[in-house]
Amino acid sequence: MITLLWAVATLLLVMSAACLWRADVGPTIQDRILAGNVVGTKTLVVLVLLAVIGGHAFLMDVAIVYGLLNFVITIAATRLIETGRLGGETPS
Amino acid sequence: MSGLVLVQQIASVALIVVGVVFLLGGTVGLIRLPDLYCRAHAVGKCDSAGAGSLLLGLMLHGGLAVDDLRILVLVLLILLSSPTTAHALARAAHNTRPASGLPGREGQR
Repeated sequence: MITLLWAVATLLLVMSAACLWRADVGPTIQDRILAGNVVGTKTLVVLVLLAVIGGHAFLMDVAIVYGLLNFVITIAATRLIETGRLGGETPS
Repeated sequence: MSGLVLVQQIASVALIVVGVVFLLGGTVGLIRLPDLYCRAHAVGKCDSAGAGSLLLGLMLHGGLAVDDLRILVLVLLILLSSPTTAHALARAAHNTRPASGLPGREGQR
């Protein structure tokens, strides 16, 4: 069972490396942000896998903070692209 | 090994394998699909389904404990954030259309 979890973690790291290719060549800035978001989600899953494998419960807190930061950063960058600023009302 | 533990282990392994298959599909979609809308479509669904299923499998893996609540919070967070992110990115690309170089509703290729 532990072997399966290690194999899943390794496979997720390989897939993250593949997603970095899209972040490198992606033609628009949104493609790069999307690829970074996918890498962040996979990192979150790998952190939970490491927490379950090694019994380090604090890694789950790290994973929660990582997921929240990933979400907030992506939404903020999207808003900056779309409206050109970070605060205030969205112009209609 | 009692029957209940066996059922729990089988369900855990099945959920983990399903999650890895979904994440693999999302990665292939991100790399192979032709433009941003297709990629956001693939990633927004496969990421939430794959990561959610994998985390549920990990929750079943160790039996019930307090840590499972944190994994449940993570599953809810991913289920909320991943489709929202994909939608926001696609909307940003659609609203900044001449600069982003993507087709709009009237400009189908």
